[in-house]
Amino acid sequence: MASSTHVTFPNKFLPYLLLAPQLAITIVFFYWPASQAIRQSVLREDPFGLSTQFVGLGNFKRILSDPNYLNSLQVTVVFSIATAVIAMGFALLFAVMADKVVRGKGIYRTLMIWPYAVAPAIAGMLWLFLFNPSMGTFAYMIRSAGYNWDPLLNSNQAMLLVVAAAAWKQISYNFLFFVAGLQSIPKSLIEAAAIDGAGETKRFWTIIFPLLAPTTFFLLVVNTVYAFFDTFGIIHAVTGGGPGKATETLVYKVYNDGFVNLILGDSAAQSVILMVIVIGLTAIQFRYVERKVHYG
Amino acid sequence: MASVELTNVRKVYAGAVEAVKGVDIAIKDGALCVLVGPSGCGKSTLLRMIAGLESITDGTVKIDNKVVNDLGPAERDIAMVFQNYALYPHMKVYDNMAYGLRNRGMPKDQIDKRVREAAATLELTHLLERRPRELSGGQRQRVAMGRAIVRNPKVFLFDEPLSNLDAKLRGQMRVEIKNLQRQLGVTSVYVTHDQLEAMTLADILVVMNAGAVEQIGAPLDIYEKPASTFVASFIGAPPMNLIPITADESGLILKDGTRIGAQGITVSDKDAIIGFRPEDLEVATGTESHIGGLLLDLKVLGVEPVGAESYVYGIIGGERVVVRVAGRSVSQPDDHLRVIIPKEKLHLFGGNGKRI
Repeated sequence: MASSTHVTFPNKFLPYLLLAPQLAITIVFFYWPASQAIRQSVLREDPFGLSTQFVGLGNFKRILSDPNYLNSLQVTVVFSIATAVIAMGFALLFAVMADKVVRGKGIYRTLMIWPYAVAPAIAGMLWLFLFNPSMGTFAYMIRSAGYNWDPLLNSNQAMLLVVAAAAWKQISYNFLFFVAGLQSIPKSLIEAAAIDGAGETKRFWTIIFPLLAPTTFFLLVVNTVYAFFDTFGIIHAVTGGGPGKATETLVYKVYNDGFVNLILGDSAAQSVILMVIVIGLTAIQFRYVERKVHYG
Repeated sequence: MASVELTNVRKVYAGAVEAVKGVDIAIKDGALCVLVGPSGCGKSTLLRMIAGLESITDGTVKIDNKVVNDLGPAERDIAMVFQNYALYPHMKVYDNMAYGLRNRGMPKDQIDKRVREAAATLELTHLLERRPRELSGGQRQRVAMGRAIVRNPKVFLFDEPLSNLDAKLRGQMRVEIKNLQRQLGVTSVYVTHDQLEAMTLADILVVMNAGAVEQIGAPLDIYEKPASTFVASFIGAPPMNLIPITADESGLILKDGTRIGAQGITVSDKDAIIGFRPEDLEVATGTESHIGGLLLDLKVLGVEPVGAESYVYGIIGGERVVVRVAGRSVSQPDDHLRVIIPKEKLHLFGGNGKRI
């Protein structure tokens, strides 16, 4: 009786009408720009925008041999790994701690989730104000501790600052998932391990951490995507990609080349590469994460 | 192997909820003690206190004549089988069983020997390389047992280990657990809400109600001489029939005002409860010579034939009762039967529910 579960619309055009708004949004804001980017990536424009010329994969060849692009790729990899590791490490630590709290569990959890509600640009400004060498409160404290703090000149410090700001914002999200993951581990498993003579640390590494693996893997993908694409606002606000090009990630370079330097062909080619990366990450996620892991 | 002794053990939760109220139980070395009672009676809490998973508010728990109140679960040398088995889902059966031994730093070859021995005892050898999710409910149950016996602990603790199995498997595993426990001779504490499981497994049965012990004894002693109406109605299926009565100088009166023909039975309390097992009722033929007993009128409500026996449901003095009859009953609804409860089969309880 497969037909009985099948809803049929009496009107042939109604379903398309109902889908139309969503389709329109997807087409206008996704497919159209994406196709424009692909088209743009194989064209070259003269500096005044008067003539365009088809160059095939020329733009790709050029950016892939451009040391600036390779630098940006390296920056992105360092930035993403650092952000993901820090954000997930702290989130896991906090989740384990919050799980142990008996009184006021809800308060801790609520407070932990707040940073997630802060917009990236505002989070960036917040960190900028706190650590700005000329007026930042923390910058003042660090300097009075005898450390030469100047993220406007020191590229490592600039990287540290954007990683901290980006990770700080993402901790909340990771925390939520880790808390849920911890809650889904039956308490009796921990008790059984305690009876089996495993101390707290051993229990964590041999029982809890392996059981959190699906959550951790999911978050790894999500955090990578976040660090790649969603941190534009933070970088833009905190360092603007500088000093030099020390914090210029791939996404930031797309913006810089396309909208600041107006090299549309290069910028488009870069965004096509980014598109391929997203598709790859999404495929990994669907392939491994969406596959439900059954325990029991 | 060890004795287990609980002395005035209490558990009070924050908010002054007294979950366990002064329990005393002494379990001899090698005995299987079953804690039985309705849900929320504190039996699981008590078990978890013995295990060290729950703190002890008051009183002492001794294992092998040593007070273990302040020892962690690992130091008490106990093994526990959980209701949901609590197998480590990411480990193979072998590793599940070896985990506790590894944590105790046992040499590898010895672990291997122990695990294989335990697996052979429980017929798990062919499953050692599987993961828990690839096993059936009964097999998981066995692995949980294996994880307990491989450690060779002083005490086994079972927390409703069979309640997730279907009825047939439950009966089978019950026998296996009993045999295994006999064979290994390890002192065990077993928690269940199933009175049949309790009756068949226990060397010593502890009936609990609302955080307190109602009665402790051998299962059949408890069946034959329940200490209270609670025990009487909890142990035995169908449960004991209980009928409240009042007594005056001239005899016994049912709640609906009917006088009972009583021979050789006197009740000193004004309010009392008479009890009888469903199988202990006899239909009066008018010819029997009375040695003593109660003569009652039973109105039949319905009959349930279940094969070897039939259950006759009826009303005596306004109270619903059930009677077990061998073979098939010829009674019809609305029949009135004259029934006798023989004196030696009659249980008498005072108004407070305690046995007189």
